[in-house]
Amino acid sequence: MDFGPYLMLATLEGAVTAAVLALTASGLALVFGVMRVVNVAHGEFFMLGAVLAWWVTSWLDGYAALGFALALLIVPVMVGVLAALADVTVLKRLSYDPERTIVATIGILYILQQVTLMTYGPDARPVTPPFNTRLALPWVEMADTGLSLYWPWGLSITSYKLAVIGAAAGVLAALWLLMTRSKLGLMMRATEQDRDMALAFGIPVERVYALVFGLGAGLAALAAVLIVPIQQAHYLMGGDPLLLSFIVVIIGGLGSLPGTVLAALLIGLSDGIISVFFSPTLAKIMATVLVALVLVFRPQGLFGASRA
Amino acid sequence: MLKLEAVDAGYGRAQVLRQVSFEAQAGEITCLLGRNGAGKTTTMKAIMGLLPLMGGQVRLEAEMLSALPAHQVPRCGVGYVPQGRRLFGELTVGQNLEVGRFSKPDNEGVLEEVLQLFPRLRERFSQRANTLSGGEQQMLAMARALSLRPKVVLLDEPTEGLQPSMIAAIRDVTETMRDQGVAVVLVEQRVEAILALADRAALLENGRMRGVVSGAEMRDDPSILAGHLGV
Ligand SMILES: Nc1ncnc2c1ncn2[C@@H]1O[C@H](COP(=O)(O)OP(=O)(O)OP(=O)(O)O)[C@@H](O)[C@H]1O
Ligand SMILES: [Mg+2]
Repeated sequence: MDFGPYLMLATLEGAVTAAVLALTASGLALVFGVMRVVNVAHGEFFMLGAVLAWWVTSWLDGYAALGFALALLIVPVMVGVLAALADVTVLKRLSYDPERTIVATIGILYILQQVTLMTYGPDARPVTPPFNTRLALPWVEMADTGLSLYWPWGLSITSYKLAVIGAAAGVLAALWLLMTRSKLGLMMRATEQDRDMALAFGIPVERVYALVFGLGAGLAALAAVLIVPIQQAHYLMGGDPLLLSFIVVIIGGLGSLPGTVLAALLIGLSDGIISVFFSPTLAKIMATVLVALVLVFRPQGLFGASRA
Repeated sequence: MLKLEAVDAGYGRAQVLRQVSFEAQAGEITCLLGRNGAGKTTTMKAIMGLLPLMGGQVRLEAEMLSALPAHQVPRCGVGYVPQGRRLFGELTVGQNLEVGRFSKPDNEGVLEEVLQLFPRLRERFSQRANTLSGGEQQMLAMARALSLRPKVVLLDEPTEGLQPSMIAAIRDVTETMRDQGVAVVLVEQRVEAILALADRAALLENGRMRGVVSGAEMRDDPSILAGHLGV
């Protein structure tokens, strides 16, 4: 394959990574932004989303599309409710103290991981995608007669991967509207800026916290449901999304939603492209170097406004 | 109207307020006086439910405020203008006022009313609160509290650091509220303002009450205020 089509293929693969990463990382950013809680268990909510997606689709064996649609609808809600329960039973009792919540979410991480190992087991299990047509993609070529289209061998993407990109974009747009246009979003942002003043003006801060924690975990679970037909479900799969989400949130500027999405695009696309042309290890090294540079030279993040 | 009875409160285990009792009447301005660190701001936080009471109670008419979770206190009609304004800086003027209306969502005309009191805010309606001038920020803090049509309003040093014309504007609004029958609790350090406005004053010293004096008593003998004002 020539360089051009090859680059396009790498970009598309990177876009799938970026889409899923943007969803996962915005959940982490939302929780950190509003609650000032560093949720170390975020990757486990992602893992739980994938494992539950396998479980729900297994109810409807033989009806892949139906089972997947059902999983897409109910798994994020299940994980969100579980996270909200963890909020009111654990984090609330620690008064959301920034240090103690880190320790507590590490505890939640191990509980979720071990319970999954005990019930679901150590195997990686696949989920059948609801649809998976291979779409050949065209490329332009300079010929003697002018520009012409042709279909390079190997330049293709599955319809499912395109759908993942579209779904992630749609969910992120909805999240943006929720935060900027709705009363609930206004409550979340007021709580984020001054918890006591939010209370003094009638915002039920504890309920907002439970909701935000649930929403953050639900976004991770949704990302996992979308990716599991490509990746398989496994009880240890939460580590990578957690690490990458932290990288994205740091680069994007802690708690800023547009910054998080831009950083996810940057990391996801460069990961795709560097992995295809060089090696996945180099991609991880580059991301790590980028984080180090950002931390040293722009601690407020590439896209975050500096805050006092 | 608003009644504190033997309130004990503090931060963590450090007790600041001991047996604080006073009452604020509708249509009156009650000043809360004391030196820096006497516990004036702490008293207001205790009324708002932002600090857990270690003892005593706070009532608003028949309602036991101190038994309610903090977010229900404004629903009973308590508006708070905190020291240092504490606006939602990243939100616009309009959004700050919308948050102010959360506790009383049914009052339609109130936005128009507060914008009439503070016309400057109408011009700045879509601007972020942390880009306003100090005076405009204080107006917004007042307007936000008035947006819930309070029966009681707590003003914690509303004129701190403002120029005279702004001080006059804030004072006009304070008097308007009083004339409309709101019970105003005011923390103020400037003697002339206290003498001009206060119907009574509760004196605080090291977190304890040092008595309540009437406006007439203060005007007869302003020296009773000595030792109860900050720098
Ligand atoms: N967040 C806090 N944690 C611990 N102690 C506090 C806190 N805020 C205030 N205090 C203490 O409580 C006491 C009363 O403080 P408060 O802010 O109520 O004083 P104030 O009368 O409002 O003073 P000022 O005139 O300076 O505003 C002080 O001794 C102060 O150190
Ligand atoms: Mg004070």
